[in-house]
Amino acid sequence: MTLADLAPGDTAKLDKIDTRDPGVIRLMILGMVEDITVRMENIAIGGDPLEVGFFGSSVSLRKEQARHFEVTRLAASD
Amino acid sequence: MIESTEVKIPISGIGIRHKARASIALIGNPNAGKSTLFNRLTGLRQTTGNFPGVTVEKHQGTVELTNSAFNLIDLPGIYSLDGTSTDERIAVDVTLGRVPGTQRPSGLLVVIDATHIYQGLYLLEQLLELQLPTMVALTMIDAAKANGISIDTDALQNALGGIPIYPVSSISGHGLDELKEGLEHITSIKSPAIPASWPELSETAQQLSQQLGEDWQRIDVIQALLQTHPDYAGRLGKQLGSESVAKLRLELFGEDPPAAVEARQRYQWVKDVIGEVQEQAPLYSKMGARLIRWTNQPWPATLLFFAVLLLVFQAVFTWATPMMDLIDGASSDLGRWIVGQMGDNALSSFLADGVIAGVGSVIIFLPQILILFLFIIILEDTGYLARTSFLMDRVMRMVGLSGQSVIPMLSSFACAVPSIMATRVIPDRRDRIATILAAPFMTCSARLPIYALLIAAFVPSEPVGWLNLQGLVLFGLYLLGILGGLGTARLLKSSALRGPKPQFMLALPEFRMPNIQTVAIKLFDRARIFLRRAGTVIFVVAILVWTLAYFPRMETTEYLAGTTVTEPTDQQSIANARSAAQMEQSWLGRIGRTIEPIFKPLGWDWRVSSAVVAGFPAREVVVAVMGTIYAVGSEADEQNLSEKLRSATWPDGRLIFTLPMVLGLLVFYAWCLQCAATLATIKRETNSWRWPIFAWIYMTSLGYVGALIIYQLGSLI
Repeated sequence: MTLADLAPGDTAKLDKIDTRDPGVIRLMILGMVEDITVRMENIAIGGDPLEVGFFGSSVSLRKEQARHFEVTRLAASD
Repeated sequence: MIESTEVKIPISGIGIRHKARASIALIGNPNAGKSTLFNRLTGLRQTTGNFPGVTVEKHQGTVELTNSAFNLIDLPGIYSLDGTSTDERIAVDVTLGRVPGTQRPSGLLVVIDATHIYQGLYLLEQLLELQLPTMVALTMIDAAKANGISIDTDALQNALGGIPIYPVSSISGHGLDELKEGLEHITSIKSPAIPASWPELSETAQQLSQQLGEDWQRIDVIQALLQTHPDYAGRLGKQLGSESVAKLRLELFGEDPPAAVEARQRYQWVKDVIGEVQEQAPLYSKMGARLIRWTNQPWPATLLFFAVLLLVFQAVFTWATPMMDLIDGASSDLGRWIVGQMGDNALSSFLADGVIAGVGSVIIFLPQILILFLFIIILEDTGYLARTSFLMDRVMRMVGLSGQSVIPMLSSFACAVPSIMATRVIPDRRDRIATILAAPFMTCSARLPIYALLIAAFVPSEPVGWLNLQGLVLFGLYLLGILGGLGTARLLKSSALRGPKPQFMLALPEFRMPNIQTVAIKLFDRARIFLRRAGTVIFVVAILVWTLAYFPRMETTEYLAGTTVTEPTDQQSIANARSAAQMEQSWLGRIGRTIEPIFKPLGWDWRVSSAVVAGFPAREVVVAVMGTIYAVGSEADEQNLSEKLRSATWPDGRLIFTLPMVLGLLVFYAWCLQCAATLATIKRETNSWRWPIFAWIYMTSLGYVGALIIYQLGSLI
């Protein structure tokens, strides 16, 4: 399961990150590294881009990059 | 903290001691409250200049403390020292003293947002490698409390090796006095301890920088190893041999990209620190917080976005009217009073028709421009503008760009110049240039006077539902600009600037109450810029145009002999016909008639044509020129410019300002690039003449053809 498969409100732990995409590295610099817990905040009209929250921050990214983050879902949306 | 009060001053330095002020760099994440703190610390003692050698503006201010003063350099917000965009490069190069002619700062004031210490600590950690005296201002402390976050500053100070930390609230001003007190001693703070987050890298860098000699600072070695600075990476390879560098990298980073390893290592340390210092109370959902969360959702946010835009246009028209009437009345009263006092002669005409009618016709738009800026500044300050890039990413993708182009384009509604500079956050050069060329299409505040003048004169103020027809027409013109800009981006991205699909990643700030001082300072700044232009460029043009329109004077006999006017019935019409004839044979009239054929197909007479041509350096000049032209040739019973325009006729008596002609003129102004400042900025930011020349020819042709089609089709109907 990847970050791109989460529904709004889901929380998940980031497992393995494919670092070959330079965009992914930019997201890692913003703090999206292994073992942190993220929450899928919003999905824009049309399904892309996504808004992911972690440690009180929100970061917007496209599905294309989100697919490079493997995740374990912790809790489904409330 | 202060170890010794003994200060050693070299004898030769005593004389200039008061002049040589230390420079402190203000650095932090975007939206960390850096600008607000900068304004709080410097007040109005701010200047914007250029860094020597590079065409990047340097925003700095003076901080006056009880016993000393220093320069505070405001840098663009960044997340790391590894940045690839132009903005990030600037901040990094200034901090590291790599900008020629600019001294390396003698200390760092790092701004960390208490609600985002995760990313703030990451940047701080990299900055600690610089080994400069460093202080931390922990901002948004009240917002953190409201969100249930409490930070143990003593524990944080310990975790950071004892560097001073000052919690401040820029809104209430709480903690500012302590921060200022601490700043007095910033240059005498010990260099911070090297962070323990990644000892292997730090030690290797330390060792190598000593081995390589004076040219190499620790941070240079680190950036060379991480390959975040290509120059240093290349030089390191030359000095140590590329094989041993490759071996070093393999030891430090393994097979992964160095930047990814750095993020992993440093964020691990950040997480540990946060675990020690931060307590997150369970969030209780407040009414306000729930509302904001709801408005962040895609559909409500999109609807809100359009509602806000509509509100802005309505406000620009309705709120400003009383103020504008006041300025209008005052300027025509002043003009009449001067003519009444001095009689009808060259000097009184110069003052009343040249200076007052010319400059006054532009100044009158100050209230509208301030209302527009007020909205844009508030949208920016609340973080809403950044939100829109998330909402609009999809739309931008259709034209081959990403949500990152949205902020520059929206701020273009105020002025294209800062918005072109705001494109520096876009990492890809092709995307950046496409955005730069689309930005001048957005309706800037200088177009507002022209739109407002023509709409007020020719569009009836009728209610349409709960809206007003004038507001709707203005909205339509904004849409026209947006379409022009997006169409242009689309065209360029599928031809000259074709490239890989742009990525989109952006940290989104949450909603935040705007700070009144920041809003006031920004608004004051815009008013000053506008009035300075009115007092210089527009003033000079108005005088020039008056001179060209007033001279050469016509002899009375010449007029009587040379005309066959249809029997003037009274003194008033004789005066009117006389001033029209004077205008015709003035220098301006002669120049105007020479260029008239070019613009005749658009339905413009020589007066409109010369006003438009005069407006090429700065488009709002056109209103001043019309003000002067129509004042010199005006009929006495028409007080304001709108009335004069409505009654202007061709020699054969047909009205000049017909509906098709006015619509064409509006389209011309929506698309034409009449702004020398924008062209200069495009040249500076793209570092070539090719793009400004292309933009000018392209936009001018587009405006001309658009106006031509509308006038010709409209006249057929």
